Amino acid sequence: MTTSPRPFWPPLVAGFALGIALLATFLITGHGLGASGFITRLAAQISEWLAPAATASNTYFGPFIKAGAPLASWITWEVIGVLIGAYVGARSAGRSSVQVERGPQTSRGQRLVYAFIGGALVGFGARLARGCTSGIGLSGGATLAVAGFVFLAGFFIAGFVVSMLARRVWQ
Amino acid sequence: MSIPFYDGGIAGGLLSGILFGYVLEAAGFGSPRKLTGQFSLKDFAVFKVMFTAVLVTAVGLYLLRLGGVIADNAVFIPTLFFWAVAAGGILIGAGFALGGYCPGTSVVGVASGRFDAVVFVVGMIAGTTLFAYLFDPLTSFYFAAKGPDAQRLPDLLGLPEWLILAALIVIAMGGFVLGSRLERARGGPFTAKDVCAPEAGSSDETSASHPTYALKA
Repeated sequence: MTTSPRPFWPPLVAGFALGIALLATFLITGHGLGASGFITRLAAQISEWLAPAATASNTYFGPFIKAGAPLASWITWEVIGVLIGAYVGARSAGRSSVQVERGPQTSRGQRLVYAFIGGALVGFGARLARGCTSGIGLSGGATLAVAGFVFLAGFFIAGFVVSMLARRVWQ
Repeated sequence: MSIPFYDGGIAGGLLSGILFGYVLEAAGFGSPRKLTGQFSLKDFAVFKVMFTAVLVTAVGLYLLRLGGVIADNAVFIPTLFFWAVAAGGILIGAGFALGGYCPGTSVVGVASGRFDAVVFVVGMIAGTTLFAYLFDPLTSFYFAAKGPDAQRLPDLLGLPEWLILAALIVIAMGGFVLGSRLERARGGPFTAKDVCAPEAGSSDETSASHPTYALKA
């Protein structure tokens, strides 16, 4: 490292800024921020490339394919924006860091296996919940939707339990 | 011209996303160690940032409605399907604790150089595809225990919205104070220096337990 990275924003400042960004999104679009909706569309598109007939007849992916061009959607542009915003922020603050980030007792290979399994659980869970931490937890919670708070309760309880069972992964 | 604009265009999507990504990165949410530090109680950034953002937006929407700027039913409110939403929250909490990210923060991880975030995204695509091909047997679970359409806490509890917002602000403040105390007791929170060095994972233990670290917090 030649220069040291600039500090993260204090949580209150970041939370306030995130709230303003979320409020602006509600006023522009009528809905909140998201992320997993893009993954759903990407998965439907990949499935269509690999197995067009099975995808078209699939109850869940089929409607995305019938509507045509699953990736041509607001959520795709939003996720591209997230990539741009995070890249510019990390670069300009010296916080870009090419690495396999992991706990001190976890090997690189183990970390990638955990990342894949964790990602698969999250991908499956987001479809069940009809949204992810951003779409239903943050955006749903901000509208005081009961669904948002049920989601957040499940998220935090499971997070603490699994973290205790898998302490070695990060500590 | 009425607000919201209900604009689903490219420019608005990019703008929302750029703000979202920039703020998440600045909060430190590209780092899976900082994110999962929430569940070892070493770093309360996830709770603090999320709770603050929820309340800023919730109070903002409330005031805009009171002032007549937006209508009562102006924004999208998700409907509860109790079992699916609870199970989904549990799976995402479990996957987050194990894999280090949620969908939005994994995109930030990718943009700030984390290869593990790329693998996490591949895992999400696999999990989503598995769900789609299991959707038929899961359908009744997916729609079970449906709540009233777009139900909100004021409807559920029969209390005025200002009172709920005030109670949430008090809970948030209590959580902030308690969280900061727990962070300090565990040598947290994680700083940019701790988590943004290339391949910091292997040599991190020494810096994380270094005494100056706790003072910075």
